[in-house]
Amino acid sequence: MGVVLDNLGAFGEGLRTTVALTVLSYLVAFVVGTFVAAMRVSPILPLRWLGALWTETLRNIPLTVLFFVFFFGFTKIGISYLPFTSAVIVLGCYTSAFVAETVRSGINSVAAGQAEAARALGLSFPQVIGTIVLPQALRTVVAPLGSLFVALAKNTSIAFTVSVVELTRIVNDLANETGEAIPLYLGAAVAYLLFVLPASGAIGAIERKVAIRR
Amino acid sequence: MTVAVFADQLGPRGKVKVAAATAVGSAFVAGVVYVAFRRFESNGQLEAKLWSDLFTGEAIRFFWGGLKNTLKVAGVSLILALVAGMVLALARLSKRLPVRWLATLWLQFFRGVPLVVLILFGFYGFDLPRSTSIIVGLTLYNSAVLAEIIRAGILSLDRGQSEAALAVGMTSSQTMRLVVLPQAVRRMVPALVSQLVVLLKDTSLGVAVLYEELLRRGQLAGAFLKNPLQSLLFVAAIYMVVNLLLSAFARWLERRQGQGKSKKAAPGGPVRVTGVEDLSVA
Repeated sequence: MGVVLDNLGAFGEGLRTTVALTVLSYLVAFVVGTFVAAMRVSPILPLRWLGALWTETLRNIPLTVLFFVFFFGFTKIGISYLPFTSAVIVLGCYTSAFVAETVRSGINSVAAGQAEAARALGLSFPQVIGTIVLPQALRTVVAPLGSLFVALAKNTSIAFTVSVVELTRIVNDLANETGEAIPLYLGAAVAYLLFVLPASGAIGAIERKVAIRR
Repeated sequence: MTVAVFADQLGPRGKVKVAAATAVGSAFVAGVVYVAFRRFESNGQLEAKLWSDLFTGEAIRFFWGGLKNTLKVAGVSLILALVAGMVLALARLSKRLPVRWLATLWLQFFRGVPLVVLILFGFYGFDLPRSTSIIVGLTLYNSAVLAEIIRAGILSLDRGQSEAALAVGMTSSQTMRLVVLPQAVRRMVPALVSQLVVLLKDTSLGVAVLYEELLRRGQLAGAFLKNPLQSLLFVAAIYMVVNLLLSAFARWLERRQGQGKSKKAAPGGPVRVTGVEDLSVA
């Protein structure tokens, strides 16, 4: 255990990066995902196709593969950013596909009468979606969106495979240096739990707060 | 279920608007495709050799070997995780409190820790062989996820089923084995196949320990053939095809279950576990 205590600073730094990666990627995922979900229910056919293509592609390719394509493939066509930025882009896009599916299922769960009433009042499609359907839809999907946040937090560790310096990478390097893999990886597991468990607790609290009875 | 319609039947002006939006949208997509094409072209990534190298007999065999390793690891992990998940689910439903606690603790731990960490832990911490460390990691993580699916399947069954079984004198283990599980398992099948997609995707984490599954082979091929972009895109395409086939299979199972004789055996259709889909994004 000593080796963990000696390197608490490094653990803290790694955890900070992991948290930053998670929060930023989630913001990207949430904005893009909601937009894609709206595209998928819009009356404009090419937009619906585009939305479906986006979600199906990103959902069916492993995140690790996306990381590799973006980090090692796209440099060949002149696309490269700092590792952290790239990781936010990859994680954000990947998670956006799941956000889109979740929001879309939420949209479908809003009673049809709501949209019909809104249309009867003469609201346009953006108004129907933006002011009537989405606010109700998002409330019903707080729990699954929360699980996506937790999953994303764990998925940031995959950035380790493309050498983004976050918690897993730092621990891995320490383990290679000191040879004390067991306590170090246990420490990493605990550090992730310290982030993930309070986060899911907070999500549960939010869920109870915004829940609506129907 | 009635599907909400979010826009009115279009009038003449609306039709013009939608047509305009369609045109703009299509132009945008065409623009993106064109820019992508130019990027590939100006960087010399469209050269025929870079792509045709992927389809020589030798390359195909190499990728095929990678895919076989991926499927092998996924299959073995699935079977082990199913067994472990079943035990865990039963433990979670046990009458004995310590057993329930232990199962819950296991579940929380392995669901909360990233899979990469589990794999690296096995590989560096216990010097497991590459493939074993992946299988162990995948099994531990998926045992937790599958346990929740199985538990939900068991709980979704009408209580009258187990009550009736107990009433005719079956022991509780007989009830579980002969009455509850056979019905519950049928309902879980679509959810299990969906989880298989996730598991298959997760095998790509084998690159973390340099196991030669599909992604690692793609990386190696890219280095050898000097076409990393093409090799990795090829790998992505293979994953996509395999996973789309699996998802289609899951949907087919779900549809088939919604009708026919299972209606009698399992009223209420296939089990839906909220959150499982999302839990398993890895």
